[in-house]
Amino acid sequence: MPDPISRDDVAHVADLARLRLTDDELDHFTEQLAAVLDHARDVEGLDVADVPPTAHPYELTNVLRPDEVRPTLDRDEVLAEAPAAEAGQFRVPPVLGEAP
Amino acid sequence: MTTAVEIAAAVRAGERTAREVLDEHLAAIDAREPELHAFNLVTADEARATADAVDAARAAGHDLGPLAGVPVALKDNLCTRGVPTTCSSRILDGWRPPYDATVVERLAAAGAVVVGKTNLDEFAMGSSTENSAFGPTRNPHDPSRVPGGSSGGSAAAVAAGFAPLSLGSDTGGSIRQPAALCGVVGVKPTYGTVSRYGLVAFASSLDQIGPFATTVEDAALLLEVIGGHDPLDSTSIPQPVGDLRGQLGRGVEGLRVGVVRELTGEGIAPDVARRVREAADALAAAGAHVTESSVPAAVYGLSAYYLIAPAEASSNLARYDGVRYGLRVDAGNTPDMNEATRTEGFGDEVKRRIMLGTYALSAGYYDAYYGKAQRVRTLIIRDFAAAYEDVDVLLSPTSPTTAFAFGDKTADPLTMYLNDVCTIPSNLAGDPAVSVPFGTGDDGLPVGVQVMAPALQEGTMLRVAAALEASR
Repeated sequence: MPDPISRDDVAHVADLARLRLTDDELDHFTEQLAAVLDHARDVEGLDVADVPPTAHPYELTNVLRPDEVRPTLDRDEVLAEAPAAEAGQFRVPPVLGEAP
Repeated sequence: MTTAVEIAAAVRAGERTAREVLDEHLAAIDAREPELHAFNLVTADEARATADAVDAARAAGHDLGPLAGVPVALKDNLCTRGVPTTCSSRILDGWRPPYDATVVERLAAAGAVVVGKTNLDEFAMGSSTENSAFGPTRNPHDPSRVPGGSSGGSAAAVAAGFAPLSLGSDTGGSIRQPAALCGVVGVKPTYGTVSRYGLVAFASSLDQIGPFATTVEDAALLLEVIGGHDPLDSTSIPQPVGDLRGQLGRGVEGLRVGVVRELTGEGIAPDVARRVREAADALAAAGAHVTESSVPAAVYGLSAYYLIAPAEASSNLARYDGVRYGLRVDAGNTPDMNEATRTEGFGDEVKRRIMLGTYALSAGYYDAYYGKAQRVRTLIIRDFAAAYEDVDVLLSPTSPTTAFAFGDKTADPLTMYLNDVCTIPSNLAGDPAVSVPFGTGDDGLPVGVQVMAPALQEGTMLRVAAALEASR
């Protein structure tokens, strides 16, 4: 098992997950995540090298349907749920830089 | 209290109108909802319109469905067209889904009357309904205690008589544990028997929708209505659930019942353990062969679950970015807007699990955490399969304790997570399990006994549940 999760690790995953944490939250979450991951060490002694992983309990095969035109959700109805829309599209602030 | 089976029969026979039935339940809601907060939203006007439509259909001589005029409450992570669906999160503020979940469509087709959307732990993450952004639900048996979670609102709604039936979702025990703490029946069906189309995803390989009811027969009826193949869910099992109610009266003579050794010892409160032994004795008295069973890897379920479920959650919850629906917190550019929206929109438990999952999936830790957890999941599946070579069903407590007080476990997430130790293994295996009320603990609060069965053996499982119910 890896070393206990560090404050830097938590800051890094928060960044990856697009979450901003205050210094206090960083301390708090580091302690809590460390406790949960420490509990997970109980599987350390299990030899599972030859055990295949299970991603899903039900054996899945691809489900295909004929490639035919069908009605979808109404565009205007979907856009009406968005925080901002324009010209039939979702409107977002600039992706690079700041709004003028 | 009137059961769903009795209500539907009376409405079909014209002895009661759907409107009368609804008004009684709305009166019950008016009387106690302010104290309990089982609902995020009571849809009284829509419910009256539905009930009137059921009555009109009967007057016109149409066939009424199996849930004719039966009030049903829906966990607020099930999509309802045009009606707010919040997942008890600020991040979905104001969202009205443009479609119904498959289970919602099936309820409507069966003549059910949806009375509202019930409170839950935010995005179904929790064991006490204290993580709701809109405040906790209280346990109808003792409002100073939690109702369990995450479907605490759905469990409380049935226990309080607000509706004879409700739907919840169960990822690690979120139907069975609140059912136990609120003294009602709660079923997690086999993974894939109920379509997840329109259930807001938490951990997709574990999530399953299922019923709450006051009786095993009512739960079976609701499962018959919502179950069966759905082409809109590619993990839906392509076969019908069949006649479940028809099996309930068959008794347990000759059935082999195993009490799970690993889930009945350390960590289980003595009064709860005693009720499980009494349940086993009751089944033996009814003619079942009761033995002790072993599912050795079950003890690792908690560890595997709290790596796998957050990993899937971190991926599923990436979609809440302020672009397409719900909350947006304005910022100068899109990445800052995404971050500000997620930071303000998600509560602490959701953030905790997103970070746990992101960490478990991150480069360098994937094999040590997520990869290993998936291999442990295989061990659990193998151990269940081995146990089921000798027995037909397995018995355990549903929850290690009766309902606990508010705030008791919120400071320490690990302590809260330990609540799910008995329920999680069935989610990892994908097998069905039910919690049946079986007496009370030393504090007078309900105790739930869990019956587990191999995949697609809901009929046998519910027979055993019905026998336990009858022995009380």
